[in-house]
Amino acid sequence: MKEHWQIFSKGLIAENPIFILALSLCPALAVTTTVINGLTMGLTVTFVITTNNVVVSIVRKWVNPKVRVPVYITSIATIVTVAQLVLQAYFPVLYKAMGIYLALVVVFAIILARAEVFASKNGVWKSFLDGFGMGCGFTLAMLTIAVIRELFGAGTILGVPVFGEGYEPMLMMILPPGAFILIGYLVAACKTWNAKQEEKARLAELKAGKEA
Amino acid sequence: MGEYLTLFIGAVVVNNFVLTKFLGLCIFFGISKNLSASVGMGMAVTSVMTMSSILAWIVYFFVLEPLGLTFLTTIVFVVLTASFVQLLELVIKKQAPALYNMWGIYLLLIATNCIVLAVPLLNVESNYSLLKSIVFAIGSGLGFAVAIILMASLREKLVYANVPKPLQGIGIAFILAGMLSLAFLGFAGML
Repeated sequence: MKEHWQIFSKGLIAENPIFILALSLCPALAVTTTVINGLTMGLTVTFVITTNNVVVSIVRKWVNPKVRVPVYITSIATIVTVAQLVLQAYFPVLYKAMGIYLALVVVFAIILARAEVFASKNGVWKSFLDGFGMGCGFTLAMLTIAVIRELFGAGTILGVPVFGEGYEPMLMMILPPGAFILIGYLVAACKTWNAKQEEKARLAELKAGKEA
Repeated sequence: MGEYLTLFIGAVVVNNFVLTKFLGLCIFFGISKNLSASVGMGMAVTSVMTMSSILAWIVYFFVLEPLGLTFLTTIVFVVLTASFVQLLELVIKKQAPALYNMWGIYLLLIATNCIVLAVPLLNVESNYSLLKSIVFAIGSGLGFAVAIILMASLREKLVYANVPKPLQGIGIAFILAGMLSLAFLGFAGML
């Protein structure tokens, strides 16, 4: 049980696809102008990465290693097309807001990386957990960025005004430069936090060594 | 003529792919540590994008659309661009080894990259004619090249700067890109 929890939870913070691995940044910047867009992209990616991990782990024994990358890419592209068609049919407004970036989910490095690193070597259940964990970490990161950008850039969250009438929106946060600069600081924050944790672990180890 | 010029300038500076549309960021941040590599990457992306746009345009308007298979666009384009880049790599390796030694390594990196896939998709989405697609692809590629070369020059200067520890590496690169993007916003009023 504990091992399964670890597989799932490492994607949330310790190996967060956006802040730590710095993979799949294009969507993180492009569609996080509002919370709802960020959430849609996050959920779509979670769906694609989980399904793809399951598919890859099922077929892994029959795929010749020489052609594995094209096989994975075709599988990802098929799943993305399914997601595209579903969104187009049931949520046309969101589909429009995602624009070209929805189709570009196909080439997200993180999805191919999980298939290659994890799903091609592990069983179905573990691959499912790994994909789901990574997807949740991705969604979490998208939400963090989107909440900050929408809050300061438009003064709203999910379209609901937060700061009241007198708030002058900080337009730069919605525009591209704001996204770049915000991610820069968030990456720095994540790095500091990780360094602190490591320092703590090191100190605890030293202490334990002394007592022994 | 004016129409094509507008499209071209728009793709190079106003709607710069990297700085306003966030495409190709992985290579943008990965390669821009080194100036000469950035020049090579810019050229490789421009040429691959132009050729794959032509190919994708032909496939879309002569195969997918007449057969009513446009919902397969994503799958077909991914496979098309990825296999085209692999093929190109083989041909260059065989026919022009000198060129391969210079740029071969970049070809592999762009085989499945968002910017190479995005341009053919945008072309068919906006219903551009073949000539327009080519102009748009060249413009987008040059825009990418301009952005990555500027960024690489900035990062070479950064070596001598005293950057706070948590921001070192990718953090400061993002903030630099933000500043560049801010500068490129100034072009917005041009068209």
